[in-house]
Amino acid sequence: MIISKRAFYVKVFVAQKNQFWYFKFNIRSFMFKNQTAVISRKERWGEDYFLLSLEAPEIAVESKPGQFLMVKITQKPYPLLRRPFSIHDRDENSLEIFFQNTGAGTSLLSEKKEGDKIEILGPLGNGFHIEDKLKQKKIYLVGGGRGIAPLYFLALELKKKNLDITLFYGGKSSADLPMAPKFKIDNIRTLCSTEDGSSEFKGLVTDLFKKEIKASVPCFIFACGPEGMLKKISEISRVHQIPAELSLESIMGCGFGACWGCVKKIKKKGTAVWSKVCEEGPVYKAQDVIWD
Amino acid sequence: MVDISVDLGFLRLKNPVLAASGTFGYGIEFSPFFDLSRLGGFIVKGLYSTPKQGNPPPRLAETDCGLINSIGLPGIGVKRFLKEVFPQIKRLQTAIIINICGENNQEYASVAEHLDPYKEISAFELNISCPNVKKGGICPAQDPKETYEIVKLVKNSCSTPVITKLSPNVADITEIALSAQEGGSDALSLVNTFLAMGIDAKTRKPVLGNVMGGLSGPAIKPIALRMVYQTASAVKIPVIGIGGIMTGEDAVEFIIAGANAVQVGTANFTSPNSTLKIINDISDFCKKHHIKRIKDLVGTVDLNSQKKENG
Repeated sequence: MIISKRAFYVKVFVAQKNQFWYFKFNIRSFMFKNQTAVISRKERWGEDYFLLSLEAPEIAVESKPGQFLMVKITQKPYPLLRRPFSIHDRDENSLEIFFQNTGAGTSLLSEKKEGDKIEILGPLGNGFHIEDKLKQKKIYLVGGGRGIAPLYFLALELKKKNLDITLFYGGKSSADLPMAPKFKIDNIRTLCSTEDGSSEFKGLVTDLFKKEIKASVPCFIFACGPEGMLKKISEISRVHQIPAELSLESIMGCGFGACWGCVKKIKKKGTAVWSKVCEEGPVYKAQDVIWD
Repeated sequence: MVDISVDLGFLRLKNPVLAASGTFGYGIEFSPFFDLSRLGGFIVKGLYSTPKQGNPPPRLAETDCGLINSIGLPGIGVKRFLKEVFPQIKRLQTAIIINICGENNQEYASVAEHLDPYKEISAFELNISCPNVKKGGICPAQDPKETYEIVKLVKNSCSTPVITKLSPNVADITEIALSAQEGGSDALSLVNTFLAMGIDAKTRKPVLGNVMGGLSGPAIKPIALRMVYQTASAVKIPVIGIGGIMTGEDAVEFIIAGANAVQVGTANFTSPNSTLKIINDISDFCKKHHIKRIKDLVGTVDLNSQKKENG
């Protein structure tokens, strides 16, 4: 039996009637569940950001940073599809999602009340790879706008391993950085940038990042945010030879590999393929992502 | 006790609900959620003779009560399917139907020939109606002669029963339905998606990477229902209704319109166990309305009184 750790597939070889065949199990698929969760807490963060705490112990216990949930917004046919949300934090009972009200789905979700029930499916996707070799090293996290969502859960897990973490957090204005105080309370060094200069650094988060790596080079980068930001982080990762993992965003149909709708162009064994973000992602090594 | 089994002549289903091709992966993707044996059956994602990459993203765009897709039939191809997937599904106590694709007529026949010896396969569904593989959304199911020829060729190359999946992107669907019947098709499934498009007003760009795609979901249900009604009235072979079925009552409407069974597609995305819920809802509907056998409902649309009960 061969177990590929990264892809979570188990190949099982069977000999039967002088014939050999094998099948691949996605072992991760035995870990995800579709459950009804109660909204146990709702918080508004700034103008249009929201945090929901969802009671779903069975999903919470299996979750790791970088994984996501497919959230059923309504039982009615509009909006039709579930929405993917990164897991923002979790404890033994519940999961948190943090989102910006940007459209029909998130708008309806932001109107939910504490005590409301909601169907969620998860934990989905591969998540960030926190390797033991990172022990006691310097790690940079980069979050752009709502891309901050998975980085809180990640930062907490990295802190448990005694890593030296710095968060780079960027947005258009300081209204897009509602999470900054939360990271600071948890003693995570947080550097903010805004395009309009309403925070300590005026410019893009990637400019702030470039400035900072001149002073001190990390041994690993984790990033989540708009595509332009991730593209620049990939370039920096390549030029400075710093390994990086990026969490990509995509429109999803099912969330678990059945519809093939969420693909991005990824390098796999040297060739470009359309990779299912929901199953093989959403986290990819920066060097494997092919940008248009 | 309500009997919700249905009979397609060549195939008896324990209930009328099949999971539609392209929305149900290879079946195994849904096994974490429920026992697949509870389905009437499922239709495996379209298979070509070789693996395919599919279309450039974005492949999905949500619309009001609908979904436009331009997935473009990516897949592992027939050989990898037989090696990696088929051993995991072949023992399931449910109808396993394989959706067959081809870039030309010969490929349909050769895929059918390749899969024909596997007795666990209940039927083939000929995908001659995908709007996402040829430029401009053209597909063989838009031409009666092409439809006839592909069906005939496949029927001559296999003994497994053949269901032909029809496109709604035609002026008269009964003309194509009759051609498929004449070609020897054992049943028809309809409809595939409606050729559609979305544009982002701010960027002026199409929302899909492949410009056009196929619309599915509750938005298409009334048109699909009309086409099923027209087709079932015109042909002798069984008809499987598809198009925006989200609830048991939706499924019952298709059966009343003349469908012998139904397929559930887009609803699999809104909830992975939608098919199960629809099966239970059909049972409950029959109990509530004192229908002993779902078969008795097929094609019973009452044209004499057009008044519908106010719900």
